[in-house]
Amino acid sequence: MLLIGTRKGAWLLRADADRRSWTPTGPIFLGQIIQHVVLDPRDHTTMLMASRTGHLGPTVFRSTDMGATWTEATRPPAFAEGDALERSVGSVVWLSPGHSDEPGVWYAGASPQCLFRTEDSGDTWEPVTGFNDHPMWQTWADYPEDQTPDGSMLHSVIVDPRDPNHLYVGLSGGGVFESVDRGAEWAPLNAGSKADFFPDPDREFGQDPHTVRLHPLRPDRLYQQNHCGIYKMERPDGKWERIGDNMPRDVGDIGFPIELHPRDPDTAWVFPMDGTDVWPRTSPDGKPCVYVTRDAGASWTRQDNGLPDRAWYTVKRQAMTVDSSDPVGVYFGTTSGELWASDDEGGSWRPIMEHLPEIYSVEHADA
Amino acid sequence: MRVRIPTPLRSYTDQRAWVEGKGTTVDELLRDLDRAYPGMRFRIVDEQGRLRKHMKVWINADAVRDLSTPIDASDEVTIMQALSGG
Repeated sequence: MLLIGTRKGAWLLRADADRRSWTPTGPIFLGQIIQHVVLDPRDHTTMLMASRTGHLGPTVFRSTDMGATWTEATRPPAFAEGDALERSVGSVVWLSPGHSDEPGVWYAGASPQCLFRTEDSGDTWEPVTGFNDHPMWQTWADYPEDQTPDGSMLHSVIVDPRDPNHLYVGLSGGGVFESVDRGAEWAPLNAGSKADFFPDPDREFGQDPHTVRLHPLRPDRLYQQNHCGIYKMERPDGKWERIGDNMPRDVGDIGFPIELHPRDPDTAWVFPMDGTDVWPRTSPDGKPCVYVTRDAGASWTRQDNGLPDRAWYTVKRQAMTVDSSDPVGVYFGTTSGELWASDDEGGSWRPIMEHLPEIYSVEHADA
Repeated sequence: MRVRIPTPLRSYTDQRAWVEGKGTTVDELLRDLDRAYPGMRFRIVDEQGRLRKHMKVWINADAVRDLSTPIDASDEVTIMQALSGG
């Protein structure tokens, strides 16, 4: 099943056994901005949706019947009344299920760059004060500056599969941060990643990670697609290596999503974009393409069989995903409302849905 | 008092355009409405008690942004959300 969040509602797509035919359900909440839709991989039942509707406040909806009916969170992610910085949540942009040993725990990333946690499957949410009220938070987040067009945000909430107390988050802007005590204390994790939009590009924080991923079978390896390139880190070392330097020079290594093969920690897919000049965010030279590495970034191969010769869309940070089949299915959604699929690990592409609103997120779930 | 609900919020009121509410200030009225229609207030007012941008409250013919503005049971209140955007 694919879960699609768009600027004007959500859609669910169910595949037949060989993934050739897809049946859509939707629109769900037509007209509402749906940032993210995620099915709980622990119970295969609870589905959460991050929504903001026009000028109304942000909220989270929950479904336990595969999206047939939805209930609003009793207490959506929000700061405490009387917050010292008078902050309010502009939108909830990212949803991450918690550790497999902690059913009911989820994390939400929001704009501004803050973190929230629920322990009852999304009904009531609390601020993770260790991060949101950290003495350095205002500096890390450069608050109240808005650095991205839709508002600065916290994304890529990652829970180490070996340890529920070990968390990573990405801040656009702000950088990557790590906690080893369940969110009580945090530290920047940005050595080696550039922030070349600053006078001093080698900084402790202030970078702009677009998406950060950890491989569940090799949890000491992190990948990130950053505003300033594609990186990999091997823990416990804390230094990012720019594996995007191995991309073709005329394509570059700018983009938003990065997705990992579920069984091979050396395989990752990216969707390069034009990060030159005024940052059009379209494909380089208007030629849509996916690039895959099979050797952890040492080399990259272009995958554009079936994609249009020319198109002028963008693929947003949450709008690419993979499934768990063999061979792996790879999917991406575009700002022009097209949903593309490959059932041979990127070898060939075909559209499986067109004429949707601007696509914000694409997630796969084993339903 | 009678309160007019804008279309984006009528999912909370079973699609009713007009509902009854009570309170001596706008804030009390919105909290009363939230008891009857859980979740509605947070869509109108943020967690710091500020009317969200592009949301408006009218008391009879007067637009107000201060939630401590007094209201009377005989007033008619309109909650309005701008439909700007695309």
